[in-house]
Amino acid sequence: MSKVLMKGNEAIAEAAIRAGCLNYFAYPITPQSEVAEYLSWRLPEVNGVFLQGESEVAVGYMIFGAAGAGVRVFTTSSSPGISLMSEAISYLCGAQLPAVFVNIMRGGPGLGGILPSQADYFQATKGIGHGDCRLLVMAPASVQEAVEMVMTAFPLAEKYRNPVMILGDGLIGQMMEPVSFPDQLKTEPSNKDDWASNGMDHRKRDKRNLVRSLFLDPEQLNNNNLALRAKYERMKQEEVRFEAYNTQGDYSVLMVSYGTMSRVCKTAADMLKAEGIEVGLIRPQTLFPYPEMAVREAARKSSCRAVLSIEMSMGQMVEDVERSVQGARPVQWYGKCGGDVPTPEEIIDLVKRTLSPM
Amino acid sequence: MQSEVMFAGFGGQGILLSGKILAHAAMEEGYEVAWIPSYGPEMRGGTAYCLVVISDRPIGSPIIKNPKHLVAMNRPSLDKFANAIKPGGVILTNASLIPGDSGRSDVDELRVPAGDIAAEAGSPKAANIVALSAFVARSGLVSLDTLRHCVEDEFSKRPNLIPLNLKAMEAGIAAAKKS
Amino acid sequence: MAKTFQRPRAMFEAHTHYCPGCTHGIIHRLVAETIDELEIRGRTVGIAPVGCAVMAYNYIDCDFQEAAHGRAPAMATGIKRVRPDLVVFTYQGDGDLASIGMGEIVHAANRGEKFTTIFVNNAIYGMTGGQMAPTTMPNQRTTTSPFGRKTEEVGMPIRVAELLASLVTPGYITRQTVIGPKYVQKAKRAIRQAFQYQLEKRCFSLVEVVSTCPTNWGMTPQEAIHWAEEVLLPYYPLGDLKTPHDQSKEKPCKVK
Repeated sequence: MSKVLMKGNEAIAEAAIRAGCLNYFAYPITPQSEVAEYLSWRLPEVNGVFLQGESEVAVGYMIFGAAGAGVRVFTTSSSPGISLMSEAISYLCGAQLPAVFVNIMRGGPGLGGILPSQADYFQATKGIGHGDCRLLVMAPASVQEAVEMVMTAFPLAEKYRNPVMILGDGLIGQMMEPVSFPDQLKTEPSNKDDWASNGMDHRKRDKRNLVRSLFLDPEQLNNNNLALRAKYERMKQEEVRFEAYNTQGDYSVLMVSYGTMSRVCKTAADMLKAEGIEVGLIRPQTLFPYPEMAVREAARKSSCRAVLSIEMSMGQMVEDVERSVQGARPVQWYGKCGGDVPTPEEIIDLVKRTLSPM
Repeated sequence: MQSEVMFAGFGGQGILLSGKILAHAAMEEGYEVAWIPSYGPEMRGGTAYCLVVISDRPIGSPIIKNPKHLVAMNRPSLDKFANAIKPGGVILTNASLIPGDSGRSDVDELRVPAGDIAAEAGSPKAANIVALSAFVARSGLVSLDTLRHCVEDEFSKRPNLIPLNLKAMEAGIAAAKKS
Repeated sequence: MAKTFQRPRAMFEAHTHYCPGCTHGIIHRLVAETIDELEIRGRTVGIAPVGCAVMAYNYIDCDFQEAAHGRAPAMATGIKRVRPDLVVFTYQGDGDLASIGMGEIVHAANRGEKFTTIFVNNAIYGMTGGQMAPTTMPNQRTTTSPFGRKTEEVGMPIRVAELLASLVTPGYITRQTVIGPKYVQKAKRAIRQAFQYQLEKRCFSLVEVVSTCPTNWGMTPQEAIHWAEEVLLPYYPLGDLKTPHDQSKEKPCKVK
């Protein structure tokens, strides 16, 4: 498996094709427009479908229509664009349609900026749209991991008949790193004849399929929501993914961080180790479902005196860290969200400050 | 061991491309690499810079406050980054556009009139390749053979540009040896 | 004895939820007859709007998707692009298509998406209870224009068919009505023609159907028909506004 040097956005685009997804609708927005630029020539090469929609609102429903017709489909956008798609994402959840959304986050709120950010954590994990809807959210920390997560996202979306989101920051999209496309992650789309509006002739049945999220009968709607809840509970059982770094031995501080930010924390942990200060790191790879147990157990290690939630947002993931730690250790937030990614030196200062008054 | 190289200059000077070719060459030699661009409005003609991180182990933070080396293609870039470079690093300045020096005495400073050399080689547009080659010749981060191969590879879709860029490359290497 | 009139195969045997005098039932039937005649039920996907026809899938028997308000053309685009072999139609009212969904219909028409839109224009929001629509007539009273539509504040009613016909991209854009038997026959032919163009992969096709809403207009069904003839039809004239046979007057642009 040879490696190629690719920009995150282009690697994400190619990964979707390698995963067997040949349908893409999108609207340009910095810092992820390279995905659309790449697929505008690459998809025709493989007889795929590429369409630049008139808005993210429309794109959200192009995704709905295509997913409802039973094909693999995905889109990419960045924060303000995802806000516009969030209505459609709620409809997709309600109608139980599989699709993949990639959010290469930029700073907000409002127009914000175009530099890296992780400020859509709440949006992705807790408030993606109206109603009781959830996404399975994966957060890559490298271009290679973005590739693997995109390739995994399609079968997961089909397993749960639910949208899956890849939540990367601007750096993941813009950075070039060596990548390979693992052959074993290519998957065949599942059979969707039981529910897709793909035409009665196509599925050789004389019974029509109805793709909808409208249930005017309260009992039916409640049942649909119970079915969705059961899926989200199953995700919590089966899909939690995280990386534990330097947590084997004793450590005085536990950091929790994801995406680009977690790489900075890793470097800080290495540098602190050289100074004789041990710091552990839990890096959630899925943000929903959240690795609650891993964070809780790591925080409760007897040597651990404090837990730091380090994020490129103003205190979002820290709520999940607090929820996981359950008061067993003091939890502190540290973050920046203007576009500058905190440096390892800043994290080292933070850790030392955290330890000094104790 | 980890090295970081900051490439900086005007948008349109081929800054991002220089960094990409170096990152590619380092990858070919088996290193871990990351290429981090500046992006957004700066790309449209303002200042452009990119950072290339080369390491013999997985790269943690791609955000580097003090890079080891700098290739500065214009004056604002030198002013912006010169003081951030680690002692002992290489600072290459494009003497065609930058009159003075960095004022640093603890670095290996290399003044190469990349614009003029490129013009002599056939096109001032190849100044980025002149500077990159001179930098590699001086820093020894990757072998010149690998670099040559990667320059050829980069222009493989426009093969008519290969001879010019190889000529620029050789001129850059020669300039590094002279200064 | 041979049956000469019966329920189309593409219709369920059901009582509709529509009000007395509403024309949705007739239009549903024309669509279902067309699906039968063209023998496309097994590969047709309908898209139901938000509006009175939100549950059109309870009456028309083919695959269906339920849209968000105004987004049916985007969904139809999604389906048709990934499955060009399917026959796709949207069924939309004037609030859905001409207000919240104006962007989607204009761009779908302009891209020349090969699906069919049935656009039911009754000059008012029906399902939400008789609010003003972009198609509401000047001085027409609605629950959000209790003193009549003031054109100096909200402009003149939008003529959707004319607006879409102004696009340079070829298309089939026609306006029909079903407020009397003579009109119904023509409307049927137009709907069939619209699906036919789709089957031939010719162009985007839209049939605007001027309709009545006795309940929200505050009229008897009979009065509503008269009002539609006297007030709506002069402003919304019937006929083809554009066919794919029309020669484009545009010179091709030269792009270097």
